[in-house]
Amino acid sequence: MSVVDLSTELAYAKFENPIFTASGCASSGKELSQFFPLTELGAMVTKSIMLRPRSGRATPRMAETPSGMLNSIGLQGPGIDHFLEDDLPWLLETGARAVVSIAGESVDEYGALARRLRGVRGIAAIEVNISCPNVENRGMVFACDPTSARAVIETVRINIGGEFPIIAKLSPDVTDICAIAGEVINAGADGLALINTLLGMVIDPKTLKPLLGGKTGGLSGPAIRPVAVRAIYQVHSRFPKVPILGMGGVASGSDALQLIAAGASAVSVGTASFGDPLAPVRIKSELASLLIHHGFARLRDAIGVAHG
Amino acid sequence: MPINPRATVTTARILSNRKVGAYHHIALEAGEVGKLAKPGNFIAIAVGGEYSAMPLHRAFAIYRAKADGVHASTVEIIVAAHGKGSEWLTKQSEGSQLRITGPLGTSFPLPAEPVNVAIIGGGYGSAPLFDLADHLKSRGCRVDAVIGASTSSKIFAPLDGKRTVNSVTVTTEDASAGVQGRVTDVLEELIERQKIDLIYSCGPMAMLKAVDEIAQRKQIPHLVSVEEAMACGIGICMTCVLPIRDANGTIKMSRTCIEGPVIDSECVVWSGGIPEGTWGAP
Repeated sequence: MSVVDLSTELAYAKFENPIFTASGCASSGKELSQFFPLTELGAMVTKSIMLRPRSGRATPRMAETPSGMLNSIGLQGPGIDHFLEDDLPWLLETGARAVVSIAGESVDEYGALARRLRGVRGIAAIEVNISCPNVENRGMVFACDPTSARAVIETVRINIGGEFPIIAKLSPDVTDICAIAGEVINAGADGLALINTLLGMVIDPKTLKPLLGGKTGGLSGPAIRPVAVRAIYQVHSRFPKVPILGMGGVASGSDALQLIAAGASAVSVGTASFGDPLAPVRIKSELASLLIHHGFARLRDAIGVAHG
Repeated sequence: MPINPRATVTTARILSNRKVGAYHHIALEAGEVGKLAKPGNFIAIAVGGEYSAMPLHRAFAIYRAKADGVHASTVEIIVAAHGKGSEWLTKQSEGSQLRITGPLGTSFPLPAEPVNVAIIGGGYGSAPLFDLADHLKSRGCRVDAVIGASTSSKIFAPLDGKRTVNSVTVTTEDASAGVQGRVTDVLEELIERQKIDLIYSCGPMAMLKAVDEIAQRKQIPHLVSVEEAMACGIGICMTCVLPIRDANGTIKMSRTCIEGPVIDSECVVWSGGIPEGTWGAP
């Protein structure tokens, strides 16, 4: 049987394979660990950690849509103290690689979160979520504004030092994603996570009112995959040296390979895990077979092959 | 404590699928899932088949589960076709295969002493209560059931289920069966008459809340099995949350798939909305 080298890297962080969980789709790992060892993953990307405990939005928080779902969770969680005391030590104990996602309500909060993570041993990389659409005020979506996006990444860079690679998670809900990517790269991002959910809405046909408690929600799942492939392709084309963690509707090895061919060095599996807890490991094995089928001895050789 | 330590992902086969009133009763050959299930647990089912445009799990309370040998078991569920996914499920024929995950969630805690129990089911919410009644009876409990729905076709009270309990009172809002009214209209009288010590209820949130008002007034412990919309059933989507008070008094938007579906009603914040200072789930 042929083998394929699945190892990959995001800036100076190395990973045994390119299949990660997606932030906000695997909590901090305990739930999926019942179904497969988390060491099977290239990395476990935690949900976005906030500075303080946050309830998140009222229910209903979810609506299934054609080949997708809309969610309005609202960055809920118990906050970074609980995360550092409980969730992260547990995750590191499993031997899994941990990418910690953070989200703040202000530039200063991102700085404070970065200071809390500085010096924490065992973290592979930091994902800076500047693109969650589920916030009280859409003006808070830092990734929709070049100046705010830059300010957040600069602050995280200064506060975290050179300890971990910073991956900036961007929103596809912008006119020119390459312009935002350019800003965060200049501000010190080592890599990019593409894409966060797209802002959407469902109106309940019975009540004729928005179905979600938060009215709007983030669209994920296979419905957004072509948007992810497009965004990754555009950004990789402009910034070929900046590693991309790709995500958006990946439900099979073939989907993952599309994102890799577009320019992703690693791929997060999110919504697919909701309907199949084993999705990440299945996708990894399908991807390995497909790479062999296409004659690649190394995953790295497939990154960005759609270009040129 | 590990989360869902008995859960596996299994390819199940439909053994039978038949209409029962407004519902479908589906029996599954379910690998080890049924062997490990406890009353109150649920399973999550992937719907739509290979080319499905429905990416999310559908959750179903286990109606009955039994082991059929070392690695085999049967799991039975009651399905109300109120959306595209559940409708697809009701149309699957015998022999069809389904990807199921389970057993999931909390189970009904059982009293240590033989006490007088009321089980209250709204619509197909009665499904998990008959298996519970069986366990209660084997512990020497007296079990009285109240099953309510809007109309008689939505009452789920199978004959063998009725046989396991000491009495069944049916209520319908349109008077098409049993007593006209709601479960709460007959509950207080039952509590007095049978000196009820403990209540288990399963059904729509409005019913659970109404039953809880009576349970609180009468100071009777009340365990509820809630049904919130969920995308995954395994604790990662954070959509099925309810404000629940923990042992330290902190209110958290807790996942009803992990902390529930069976919850001590005393811990649930029934007032509606999200109280000030509420935390998110882990």
